[in-house]
Amino acid sequence: MKMIHSLFLINCSGDIFLEKHWKSVVSQSVCDYFFEAQEKAIDVENVPPVISTPHHYLISIYRDKIFFVSVIQTEVPPLFVIEFLHRVADTFQDYFGECSETAIKDNVVIVYELLEEMLDNGFPLATESNILKELIKPPTILRSVVNSITGSSNVGDTLPTGQLSNIPWRRAGVKYTNNEAYFDVIEEIDAIIDKSGSTVFAEIQGVIDSCIKLSGMPDLSLSFMNPRLLDDVSFHPCIRFKRWESERVLSFIPPDGNFRLISYRVSSQNLVAIPVYVKHLISFKENSSSGRFDVTIGPKQNMGKTVEGVVMTVHMPKAVLNMNLTATQGSYTFDPVTKVLAWDVGKITPQKLPNLKGIVNLQSGAPKPEENPSLNIQFKIQQLAISGLKVNRLDMYGEKYKPFKGVKYITKAGKFQVRT
Amino acid sequence: MAASPAYGEEKGGSSSLGEPEYGHDPASGGIFASDYKRHDDLKEMLDSNKDSLKLEAMKRIVAMIARGKNASDLFPAVVKNVACKNIEVKKLVYVYLVRYAEEQQDLALLSISTFQRGLKDPNQLIRASALRVLSSIRVPIIVPIMMLAIKEAASDMSPYVRKTAAHAIPKLYSLDSDQKDQLIEVIEKLLADKTTLVAGSVVMAFEEVCPERIDLIHKNYRKLCNLLIDVEEWGQVVIINMLTRYARTQFLSPNQNESLLEESAEKAFYGSEEEDTKDAKAEAASLAKRKPYVMDPDHRLLLRNTKPLLQSRNAAVVMAVAQLYFHLAPKAEVGVIAKALVRLLRSHSEVQYVVLQNVATMSIKRRGMFEPYLKSFYIRSTDPTQIKILKLEVLTNLANETNISTILREFQTYIRSMDKDFVAATIQAIGRCATNIGKVRDTCLNGLVQLLSNRDELVVAESVVVIKKLLQMQPAQHSEIIKHMAKLTDNIQVPMARASILWLIGEYCEHVPKIAPDVLRKMAKSFTNEEDIVKLQVINLAAKLYLTNSKQSKLLTQYVLNLAKYDQNYDIRDRARFIRQLIVPTEKSGALNKYAKKLFLAQKPAPILESSFKDRDHFQLGSLSHLLNAKAVGYQELPDWPDEAPDPSVRNVEVPEWTKCTSREKRKDKVEKPFYSDSEGESGPTESADSEPESDSEESGSSSSSGTSSSSSEEEDEEEEEGGSEEQSEDKEGEEEEEEKRKKKKEKGGPRKASPRSVGSEEEEEAEGKKVKKAAGPQGKKGHAESSSEEASASESSSSGSDSGTEAPTVVEAKRRKVIPSSKAGPKEISLLDLDDFTPPPPQPVPSSSIISTSLVTDLEGLTLTDTSLAPALLSPAFGAVRTYELLHRMAGEGLSVEYCFSRRPFPGDPHMVAVQIQISNNTDAEVKSLRVSEPKLLAGMRIQEFPEIALCFQRAWRPGTQPAW
Repeated sequence: MKMIHSLFLINCSGDIFLEKHWKSVVSQSVCDYFFEAQEKAIDVENVPPVISTPHHYLISIYRDKIFFVSVIQTEVPPLFVIEFLHRVADTFQDYFGECSETAIKDNVVIVYELLEEMLDNGFPLATESNILKELIKPPTILRSVVNSITGSSNVGDTLPTGQLSNIPWRRAGVKYTNNEAYFDVIEEIDAIIDKSGSTVFAEIQGVIDSCIKLSGMPDLSLSFMNPRLLDDVSFHPCIRFKRWESERVLSFIPPDGNFRLISYRVSSQNLVAIPVYVKHLISFKENSSSGRFDVTIGPKQNMGKTVEGVVMTVHMPKAVLNMNLTATQGSYTFDPVTKVLAWDVGKITPQKLPNLKGIVNLQSGAPKPEENPSLNIQFKIQQLAISGLKVNRLDMYGEKYKPFKGVKYITKAGKFQVRT
Repeated sequence: MAASPAYGEEKGGSSSLGEPEYGHDPASGGIFASDYKRHDDLKEMLDSNKDSLKLEAMKRIVAMIARGKNASDLFPAVVKNVACKNIEVKKLVYVYLVRYAEEQQDLALLSISTFQRGLKDPNQLIRASALRVLSSIRVPIIVPIMMLAIKEAASDMSPYVRKTAAHAIPKLYSLDSDQKDQLIEVIEKLLADKTTLVAGSVVMAFEEVCPERIDLIHKNYRKLCNLLIDVEEWGQVVIINMLTRYARTQFLSPNQNESLLEESAEKAFYGSEEEDTKDAKAEAASLAKRKPYVMDPDHRLLLRNTKPLLQSRNAAVVMAVAQLYFHLAPKAEVGVIAKALVRLLRSHSEVQYVVLQNVATMSIKRRGMFEPYLKSFYIRSTDPTQIKILKLEVLTNLANETNISTILREFQTYIRSMDKDFVAATIQAIGRCATNIGKVRDTCLNGLVQLLSNRDELVVAESVVVIKKLLQMQPAQHSEIIKHMAKLTDNIQVPMARASILWLIGEYCEHVPKIAPDVLRKMAKSFTNEEDIVKLQVINLAAKLYLTNSKQSKLLTQYVLNLAKYDQNYDIRDRARFIRQLIVPTEKSGALNKYAKKLFLAQKPAPILESSFKDRDHFQLGSLSHLLNAKAVGYQELPDWPDEAPDPSVRNVEVPEWTKCTSREKRKDKVEKPFYSDSEGESGPTESADSEPESDSEESGSSSSSGTSSSSSEEEDEEEEEGGSEEQSEDKEGEEEEEEKRKKKKEKGGPRKASPRSVGSEEEEEAEGKKVKKAAGPQGKKGHAESSSEEASASESSSSGSDSGTEAPTVVEAKRRKVIPSSKAGPKEISLLDLDDFTPPPPQPVPSSSIISTSLVTDLEGLTLTDTSLAPALLSPAFGAVRTYELLHRMAGEGLSVEYCFSRRPFPGDPHMVAVQIQISNNTDAEVKSLRVSEPKLLAGMRIQEFPEIALCFQRAWRPGTQPAW
């Protein structure tokens, strides 16, 4: 399993702006196969993640307008490479705040150092952010100023002991004056609502993101009021699986900083409360170059909380030239090139339901579109986990101080689609 | 070299056109001359003695490399800085070296000595990074040096260095495959390593170098299973994939009793009627009663220990476990993976793509497994087309009598999608459902016929193609549809669709006797403008009509054949010639002519519409080969189950005797207990892996404090060790043994848990190497005993002799002098740290029968003694400030624990010996008697001075003063 041979970063206009080789150099020309596939795919998201070329295989991901194209020579599980490339992108995100071409170019040396540490001979070496941060300090404005004056560097001169320990995800010697542990319980509703408003498919996917700033080696236990709700769970490696199996308690020594503790799915037996409904009327008249568009969004089953951050996006059919609409609330935009209609609604107040209504202009002469577009809805509800999941308590062992603890709940729309 | 920069710049320049410039990048843009000057500038900076300038220069150079520009002309200037003190400069130089060493081999050699020095560094991280860079420099001439370095590192006491050694193995192998045999030895040794850190890396090396040597795995199988959950995620993937193959060669098929059934089920698969999986299970169960199959406990162990990993956050790990279950688990248990795979569908689209491909393959064989998750495969308009098509594939595979109506309803919405490729795929999916599920055939057909009036030509064309296939199954009832389609020839332009219609009309011309000749007439007119595929079908149609209705079509046929005769495409010309001979009777035409009608109008079997994923499971799921449906380079076949199970006893690891362990590793292992794993040791041969690992493991894993089942696990540890690592220096065992014997007590526990940290520092200390002496003081409770007895002085028996064969006896012996001191515990010295050479102390395998496994000896290996002449007087025990290391953990020693430290005091008896202070504590309730050194096994060149027997060690006595400093 020879793993990753080389990596090329390519921007949307097809420039290779970074390359890194872990073995012998592979010429950039190998990317031509990728460009070919990209051209064929038309759409960036349809570029096949795995491309076979005469001498190599190319496995790529697309993240934040950058293609990460890796060159592979022999059999290797494709997910292994894909997962790793995403880990690389996550790391860039973590270090530079964004994973963009500019950020990567501005920090090219750090990027190179990171890549060097993350892979050895094409095999993953250090991918835990806690370890990497010990090895290579993330750039901050202050540090770069200091560095330029003093000539000191970003490379840690302390040796990363975490790499050597049994808990590689946590760095040693963590110290905070304020010890805090925050947990965000974030649930997303994935749903497909059909034309008539009935639910074709709905489920709740949740994650618990944590921000732990605790000194020393705290050993935490997080328990829930109703752990049985969690049907399928995936864990950060720090979690002791056995404890969960036997007691349904999350027991772990956390990494330092931000990380995703678990992701879960709420068992499908439970009916999912759909917090909004959509009334829609979209029609195109035969033999006329216009159509009607009328959409109303209303709250439903929101447990008394406000639905906010509502945004609707619609991919209109190609034949649509323009749209003349009036929104009773928020504002809308229509991009005539991509044919995307976006309506930023904001908060829904039950007294006055937001409505977007008007005329659709079609290309004259074009046949009337056969299909009605589906509506993609986003929303947010603060202070609510729609599944009803509740954190019971957080206990800390192994350290003496008293940490400040906090839990926040939020519900969002995931892939929430209304067919029309 | 002079030419190269110019060339490089040019190349670089062109590729980077239009890119924004990097901050200081000297190489970006600009004309050649100025670049060249700028390089001079860089050289100056590199030559300066200010680190900040060097750093700046290196940063610019790395930026050039990152953009694919050639910076090779700077090689000499850069290489000089390889020994730079500044860590960041050094790292960047490494980056540069690894990139260009291959091109400038001679110059690269200049840097080698630096790395060789690094290999001896007391700091394990520096040793590791030196090895990493050294092994990454692809210069064939240093192969022997690399080989030595790897061997040495493989016995390093730091697991991190050993991990690096494992990583270096494939590098060396790819540089020179002649080293294979030697590398296999190293792999074998590292496979026996019990730390989680090493496991993944060494298995990766194994897969790359000698995947065929499955025999190397036997002894390590249980250990790997048990360690698995604590290995880092990337290692898990590699290990799981390897174990899948292993299991296929060593165990019997858990579904063997079902194999008959399976066949029948398979046949009926598309017949829609059966609920096959359930039935199959039930029947299998009944069959199983007749012919009992008992799963090998090791097989069960693997299944059980991998299952929790389905909960991993890493998609690759989940997929690896899923494929393991798919290939190895009894049918009834495979279902557990469905949930986890469905979860991955929430991940990035690339992950979805791969997972769906695998689900598609699995869903053909095990449909029941994914049925409950049917709705998770419903398609959203926002999915990328490639994902939509895969989901469609899965939905189609999952369709059966019960859910078909739901699925068809869902398909109806898909047909209206804006994404036409997707619509086309949906139509094909409908066709497949129709052929597979008899009940809905007519419904589907009607639906498809309606699509014929769709405005989009692609949709119509696809429908035609599918309808053609469906009609073939029962043509007689559908002449209306055929007529309808005949009319479409006027409008449809898509060649495949036209060809399909023509074929249909020709094939069933008897059902549409009036229309067929008319269609031919039209086609004859447009013949020259048709696509080749259509032309061929026109010829076909003409031939068939000629045979059935020659009156009306004779002239037309001849006309068409004449046109075809002069066609540009030779296939068409050939076809025309062939058909003319066949259908038009002439004198020359032979017997075939009589059979023309039979030939052309024979009953043709209806096509079977099947998934393109059928039978893809002969590739290991999750592999690149499976994804491409073609064997990728380096793919290891997944073997079939054996008919007879190979001897399961090969996996037994022998008697848990202390002695045999390899010292270093073992210690370490003890020190670092698997953090979360279930069970740490391997289960002894007798116990079926089944029961144990789960039960006891948790406790032992989490902490040693609970002190429970220590003995069993311990033993196991040891066993393993022996298995693999005999070769390691056994000499040390001697010492250990002694100690072991002294103990028979147990310790109390809590505080002493092994701390993984100690490793690093240990080394450092050793490194200092000088006169450390070891005081071997068993200080049981009696405390003072320690001081007096501790004296160990060692001198080494000078002969460095017996190196084990393979290794180069390069060890320099010059440096060591050995003296023999008087008393007891002996320090042994080894030349490991001699700076000038890097030969590793050859590990010799000594299968010793004695008892303890300690790493003390190994630690000692690192010491070089210098002359100190100290009086053998008393060494007082060192307290507090000195670090203690664990020699024998209380759990391992059944209550007796032993710690040792280098007191850093001269050993009085002999300048060449060091004192090691050993503290023995008894935590049991019983007394321990007769502690003494028995037949120490030392490395060549080591000596030990024994201490007198200590008669008693009471329970729970240990001196506070000597407690570990951390």
